[in-house]
Amino acid sequence: MKNNLHKLTLKKALAQIQSGETTAKKIYADCFSQIEAGNKDLNVFLSTNSPTSMKQFENPETTLQNCPIAVKDNICIENEVTTAASTVLEDYKPAYSATLIDNLKLHGGAVIGKTNLDAWAHGSSTETSQFGRTLNPRNPKYLPGGSSGGSAAAVAADMCTAAIGTETAGSIRQPASWCGVVGLKPTYGRVSRYGVIAMASSTDSPGPITKTVEDAAIMLACLAGHDSKDGTTTNQAVPDYVSLLQKSISGLKIGIMYQDIPGLKIANPYVLAAAKVLESLGAKVELVNALDPKYAVSVYTIVQRAEVSSNLARFDGIRFGNDRSYFGDEARRRILLGTHTLRKGYAEKYYQVAQKTRTLFIEDFSRLFSSYDVLISPTSPSFAEPIGASEDSVMFGELADMLLEPSSIAGLPGISVPCFHDEKTNLYLGLNIMAPAWREDLVLQVAHAYEINTDWNSWRKDNND
Amino acid sequence: MRMKSIQTGTPGEKITMTNQKYQLVCGMEVHAELKTNSKMFCGCKNDPFHAEKPNIYTCPVCLGLPGALPVANKQAIEWTIKLGLALGCKINLFSKFDRKHYFYPDLPKGYQISQYDLPFCYDGKIETELGTVRIHRIHLEEDTGKLLHKTVNGEQVSLIDFNRSSVPLIEIVTEPDITTAAHAAAYGKQLRKILQYLDIANCDMEQGGMRLEANVSLRPVGETELPNYKTEIKNINSFRFLEQAIDFEIDRQAELLANNQIVSQETRGWNSVKQVTYSQRSKEDAEDYRYFPDPDIPPIRFTEEQIAAIRETIPELPSAIATRWQQEYGIEPNMIEQIIVNTTVSRQYDKLFTNAKNEGISVASLLKNILSKKVPSPLEAGAEQTLLQFKELQKTDVVDDTQLIAIVNKVLTENPDISAKYFSGQKQVIGFVMGQILRELPKKSDPAQVREAIITQLEATK
Repeated sequence: MKNNLHKLTLKKALAQIQSGETTAKKIYADCFSQIEAGNKDLNVFLSTNSPTSMKQFENPETTLQNCPIAVKDNICIENEVTTAASTVLEDYKPAYSATLIDNLKLHGGAVIGKTNLDAWAHGSSTETSQFGRTLNPRNPKYLPGGSSGGSAAAVAADMCTAAIGTETAGSIRQPASWCGVVGLKPTYGRVSRYGVIAMASSTDSPGPITKTVEDAAIMLACLAGHDSKDGTTTNQAVPDYVSLLQKSISGLKIGIMYQDIPGLKIANPYVLAAAKVLESLGAKVELVNALDPKYAVSVYTIVQRAEVSSNLARFDGIRFGNDRSYFGDEARRRILLGTHTLRKGYAEKYYQVAQKTRTLFIEDFSRLFSSYDVLISPTSPSFAEPIGASEDSVMFGELADMLLEPSSIAGLPGISVPCFHDEKTNLYLGLNIMAPAWREDLVLQVAHAYEINTDWNSWRKDNND
Repeated sequence: MRMKSIQTGTPGEKITMTNQKYQLVCGMEVHAELKTNSKMFCGCKNDPFHAEKPNIYTCPVCLGLPGALPVANKQAIEWTIKLGLALGCKINLFSKFDRKHYFYPDLPKGYQISQYDLPFCYDGKIETELGTVRIHRIHLEEDTGKLLHKTVNGEQVSLIDFNRSSVPLIEIVTEPDITTAAHAAAYGKQLRKILQYLDIANCDMEQGGMRLEANVSLRPVGETELPNYKTEIKNINSFRFLEQAIDFEIDRQAELLANNQIVSQETRGWNSVKQVTYSQRSKEDAEDYRYFPDPDIPPIRFTEEQIAAIRETIPELPSAIATRWQQEYGIEPNMIEQIIVNTTVSRQYDKLFTNAKNEGISVASLLKNILSKKVPSPLEAGAEQTLLQFKELQKTDVVDDTQLIAIVNKVLTENPDISAKYFSGQKQVIGFVMGQILRELPKKSDPAQVREAIITQLEATK
C-alpha cells in the first residue's frame, strides 16, 4: 500500500527518515510504484533499479540517507547500461562510474533508474531520443522539454525524490520550467564532467533537478567540488549552500533582462510579477539592457556543433557500442554542421567568429554583474510545447533555449523556479535567476526567497513546513 | 634510365651528375616519446616497450571511453620547455592543446590531442659539425595505440594494443636548413644526444621511441626560393636509413626534374631491403584535421620565473662538454664522440678525468686505453677502479740491464741478418727483434728500455 511517500520533498524525506517516521526503503518503494504505474505511458526511465535489487538501505549516516535519485542516462555508472538515449550505445555498460555518481553514492544517494533524454543530449524536447519521447507528467499531450526531460519528468511525476540532469545550454532549466520543477545549472566547472558522455565540452554542466530550491541546495552540496580527473573543475571551496539559503535578499540589486525582446509576450509579464515579489522582499529591481540573445543562438549553434562533431568521433563501433550507422538524424545533422564549421577556410568564418562573439557575451555579463547581484529572465519563451512540436524544426531546441544560451556560453550559474501555473493546461512557466560564476549560493538564496513567498511550487501544499 | 652515382676519389662523399645541377632542400620532423612515469593525459604507466601483455597500461582516458577526460601531465610540459630552452627556443608563456581530427583504429578518440598554433617552444637551433639547423617549433602531443596484424585461428585479424596510447610525444620541427643526407643524420644524432643528456627521452629507435621524418625537395643550385613541392619520407627508424633514403630521393627527384617532370607532393616510405623509397599517400588528398582548442584542457600559462626555474634544471650539454674536455685535457674530438652518451656517463668520466689529472696522469692516454678496452670504463668499474687498473697497466718491471743485454745479444746472434737490415735502413726490423725479446722477459717490461738496449747493441756491432 502506498503511503504517498513519493510526494515528499528531499528535505522532508530526510527529516522523516531522521526522526524514524519513515524509512528510505519505504520512500524508494513508493517512488518505484510511481514508475511502475506511469513509466509505460510517460516513458521517463530507460532503465530502473527495483527495490529488491537495492542493497544499500542500511547506511543512514549520510546526507542523502539512501533517498531515491533519478540519473540522466548520459551519465556513466559502472556496469549499468548507459545509452545517452542512442541505439549506438543500446547495450553499452561503462567500465567506470562518473565522479558525480561516486559523489552521489558517497553521500548516500540511491540510484532508482536512468532517465530518458534527447539522444546524446541533442535537443530540448526528448523527441530525438532513439528510445521514444517522454511525455510531460503535468499534461501528457505536451513535451517535458529537454534534453534532461526524463529527469525533470521523473521529479514532476514523483518517480524519485530528486534527480540529476546535465545542461549544455538550457538542458536542465528548460525542462524544469516546462515540467514545473526546480532545475539548477551550476557554474561550468563546479560539478565534475568526468564520466558524463560529452556533448559540448566547453559548456556541459551537470546539476540537480528537484522539487524545491532547498532540495537543489542539498543536492548541489553533494555533487560539487574539485575533481582531479576533470581539469576544468574549480579548486574553490564548496560553500554551505543549505545554510546560506536563509540569508535575506534585502538590499540585493536585481536586473531584469530581455523585457525589450519581442516574442516574449507570454513569459515576460510573469517575470515582472516575480520582480515585484522580490522587490517586496527588499531587493532593488531594475530593467537592464543586454546583448541580444539571438547572437548567443548563433554562437552556441556553431561552437556546440563543432564540439559535438569532435566528441562523437570516438563512437566508431570498434571498441564498444554499435557503428556510426546507428546515429539518428539529429546527431548526423550536428556532426555534419560541426565538421563544416571547423573545416579549413570555414573555421575562420564560423568557429573563430563564434568564439570571439562568445567573449562579447562574457564581457556583457561582467558589465551587468558590476552593477547587479543577480539577473532574472524568463527560462523559456513559452509553456511546454505540444508533442511533435520539435519534429519540423531543426532549430527547435535553440529557440526554446534562446534565453539560457547567453549565460551558458558564459559558463554562469542559473536556476529555473516555477513562476506561474496555468490551471487550464496544468502547465508551468519558469523564472530564470542568474549570478556571477561560482555564486550558486546567490542564485539559490534568491530562488528560495521567491519560492517560499509565492504559491507556484506544487509541493508546497503537501510539504508545508 | 636512372642516372648512376659517380664515386669520386674521396671516400664517403657522393656526387651525382644531377645534384651538380640541383641542391637539396630538407627539413625534418622528429617525434620522441618522453619517459615520464605516467602517460600524457592519464595516470597510466608510461612503459609501452616493456609491458608484459597488450592493453595492461590502460584506463578510460587512454582508451577514449565515453565521458573520460584528459588531464595534462605537468612533467611532460616542463620537459618539453626544458628541451626548448636547451635548444635556445623562445617559449610561449600562454599555450594550449588542440584537437587534431582523423579516423584511424589506433586513435581511440577520433582525434589526437596535439598543439596547433601555440606550441610550447619555437625559434631555436642545433649546431652540428656539418652546419646549423634552425628549429621551427617544438610541440607536445599524445602517441597513438599500435595495430597488430595477426593470424588467429587461421583468420587474419587486426588487433589494437593501447599500452602506447597517450604516451607523451614531442615533435621537433626544423627549418629547411639541411643540405645533405649526412647533415640530416648529424642533426638527428645531435638531437638524440641532447634528449638523452636532458634525461627526458630514451630515444629507442628500434622500438619507435624516436621516429624520423624528412621533407625532401630539390632546387637548382643558386636558387634561393623554396621549391613548390616536397615529399615527406615518414617513419624512418635509423640514421643510416635516413641517409640512404634522402640520398635515394635526391637521385630520384633530380632525374625527374632533369627530364622536366613534376615531382609529386606525397608521403613516401623507405624500404630498407630494396633500398628504395615508395609512395604511401598522395598529398593531393591532404587531410583537413579540423584543429580547434581542446575544451577539456584549460590553457596553460607560465611566468618568466617558472621558465627560469626550468632553465636551472638543464645540465651541461654534449657540445659544451666536448669543448671543455678538448680544451682541458687535449682529447681528440673523435674520442670524445665515443663517450658522449648521457649526463650520467659524462659525470662519471668527469670524475675520472679530474682524478687522473690530479695524479698527473695523461687523460688522453687513459681514454685511449679505455676505448681500446685495455682498462674497464668507469661505467663498468667505477672511476677509482678504472684509474687503479690504468696505473697497474702503466707499471713496468725493471729488468736487470746485464740480463737484458745478454738476451738482446742472444737474439742478435741467432738472427745475423738483422744487423745488416738495420744498417741498410730497414729500421722497422727493431719491431721484430722487440717481439722476440719481450717474449723472454717478464710481462710488464718497459718497451722503451728494451728498445734502447737493442739500438745500443746494434750500434755496438757496427
